[in-house]
Amino acid sequence: MSTLLEVSGISVTFDGFRAINNLSFQIGSAEMRAIIGPNGAGKTTFMDIVTGKTRPDEGRVIWGEKSVNLLKMSESQIARAGVGRKFQRPTVFEDQTVLENLIMALKNRRRPFSVLGYRRSAEDVGRVEVLAEEIGLKAELPRKAGELAHGQKQWLEIGMLLAQEPRLLLVDEPAAGMSPMEREQTTAILVEAAKTRAVVVVEHDMEFVRRLNCKVTVLHEGSVLAEGSLDHVTANQEVIDVYLGR
Amino acid sequence: MQRSFFMRNPSVLIFIGLLALFTLLVTVFSEAFGVGVISTSLVKTLGKTLCLCLIAIAMDLVWGYCGILSLGHFAFFGLGGYMIGMWLMYERTKAIVVSSLAEAPLPPTADEIRDGIGTQIFGVVGGAEIPPIWFFADSLFAQLVLVVTIPGLLALIFGWLAFRSRVTGVYLSILTQAMTLALALYLFQNDSGLRGNNGLSGLQNLPGLDDVPQATISIWFLWASAFALGLGYLVAAWVVGGKFGSVVRGIRDDEARVRFLGYHVESYKLVVFTLTAIIAAIAGALYYPQAGIINPAEIAPIASIYLAVWVAIGGRGRLYGAVIGAAFVSLVSTWFTGGQAPDIPLGFYTIQWVDWWLVLLGLSFVLVTLLAPQGIGGLFDLFTNRKTPERGGADLGPDAGSLQEKEAEQ
Ligand SMILES: Nc1ncnc2c1ncn2[C@@H]1O[C@H](COP(=O)(O)OP(=O)(O)OP(=O)(O)O)[C@@H](O)[C@H]1O
Ligand SMILES: [Mg+2]
Repeated sequence: MSTLLEVSGISVTFDGFRAINNLSFQIGSAEMRAIIGPNGAGKTTFMDIVTGKTRPDEGRVIWGEKSVNLLKMSESQIARAGVGRKFQRPTVFEDQTVLENLIMALKNRRRPFSVLGYRRSAEDVGRVEVLAEEIGLKAELPRKAGELAHGQKQWLEIGMLLAQEPRLLLVDEPAAGMSPMEREQTTAILVEAAKTRAVVVVEHDMEFVRRLNCKVTVLHEGSVLAEGSLDHVTANQEVIDVYLGR
Repeated sequence: MQRSFFMRNPSVLIFIGLLALFTLLVTVFSEAFGVGVISTSLVKTLGKTLCLCLIAIAMDLVWGYCGILSLGHFAFFGLGGYMIGMWLMYERTKAIVVSSLAEAPLPPTADEIRDGIGTQIFGVVGGAEIPPIWFFADSLFAQLVLVVTIPGLLALIFGWLAFRSRVTGVYLSILTQAMTLALALYLFQNDSGLRGNNGLSGLQNLPGLDDVPQATISIWFLWASAFALGLGYLVAAWVVGGKFGSVVRGIRDDEARVRFLGYHVESYKLVVFTLTAIIAAIAGALYYPQAGIINPAEIAPIASIYLAVWVAIGGRGRLYGAVIGAAFVSLVSTWFTGGQAPDIPLGFYTIQWVDWWLVLLGLSFVLVTLLAPQGIGGLFDLFTNRKTPERGGADLGPDAGSLQEKEAEQ
């Protein structure tokens, strides 16, 4: 399996505080990975670096077969290269309908003048309807996203992520605020997605992580503490000390 | 798979219908074509108001939809006016010079005519040379092209510099104020080549049409302004109606999120900023021939702030709101400042509206922003909501930063 993303030796300092400390990370092109770790471990900051929001002080972030340097690219370029991101708090465009949200996310040309001339094709609407079915929001398509329940917004955001057709999905705490039933459905969607692309899931909920049934990376104070199967890392004494034991 | 454009945007047809009706009524009641109930000066005021509505649409696009509180769009409006004013003044002066030299025994040479024009136009600022920027002033076509390109280019360069360095919010507003202030100060100088604080005048006279009375010309400009406004509304509705509008509103609400969807936010801002600058310039080019005079004071920072006030009062984030705000506030303002509003004697003090109107306007602005952020346009939701419940356009609330800034300016 080829490597899709290779992060090596990155460090970030905020006002003298090292949020990421010489972190290295790799993921293949069709792989599921869970990242766990205590609050403030740097999980979100790691995603910020990969998506171009935060620039690391040192280190490299290499992407894809052509080994392009993501650190030289803007947020929007990175997104177009195939990195999709779901935020910790659901961020959808509340003032717009579910349909508009999904159409905006749908993989298509992104330049202003192409978008200006864009007309909703039957094909695109079809794609959106299939997605909406999948995330259980088919009936809500004409509603404003702001009217949705918290869990539904999470779903919408996952739908937007899938609509982008990214090669790498970065998902920050997807299960927060979801019912057990919804969690199960989320697991199913993520597992399905990981068959064809790379998926990185940050999650605190151990049950959720267990169901993902994948390799786990434990972050602590900005660097990798342990890596391996869930059983392997949970047996690690250091992990128990800093994370599980509390 | 989309319903037709007008089906999705019923307000466009209603607006254009009302605008056509208005234009027809004014024409019928004007001095030139009809019963003469509406004086020529009122026709001009109405025509100018239509131009202000057009720039309000531009402001709504850039602020209400894209979230860029530009306090500099009157710079583009003024530049548009200057560009058309140059042709109007040059050609008319040329006609005067030619006719006065016609009595001389020898036919005048081209140089003599040029010198005559130079002295006539630039005598007031102590010059006789025609500055290089007037190179195209004898060509209506060229100046019309400049109406669009000069403000467009200024907006493009300014926007590129500002957006590229990710200046947003209040800082961006201040930058736009600085731009319009700098332009006004530059134009105030006598050697700016545009007659300093005298500005350009006599613009109400169309070269070669000396026989046509002002009553008729005013109606022509009313028609032109109405046409431009209708077209501007249509273009704006089209721009914000589709996916482009979705992205732009997304930028207003959460710029970072739009970036992570893969859209280059800065390019979108630049497109909207430049497009609206061009709309503003066209509005200005139609406005100043009706006003008759343009000078640098028109570009003063306060003008652009008024523009934001109109749009806020009318209701931003909806095109008809901007139009209503601009028409309502500017007409009421003309009424108050024109001395037509009756004074209110309080015994110990008499409220003279010429002085107190600004206080009233400032107060209404604050009240609208605090109590009815949807503005006047929000009233329409009261009855459209009943018909189409899912259409309830929840606009963005006022952002506190901009409010305080404008209060401070008042
Ligand atoms: N922009 C910033 N400026 C200053 N400090 C920051 C910034 N972003 C993150 N930090 C700090 O960096 C550390 C790592 O934060 P991060 O959000 O990555 O943690 P996390 O692992 O996602 O935690 P959680 O589980 O609570 O989401 C925290 O101590 C945080 O306070
Ligand atoms: Mg986090």
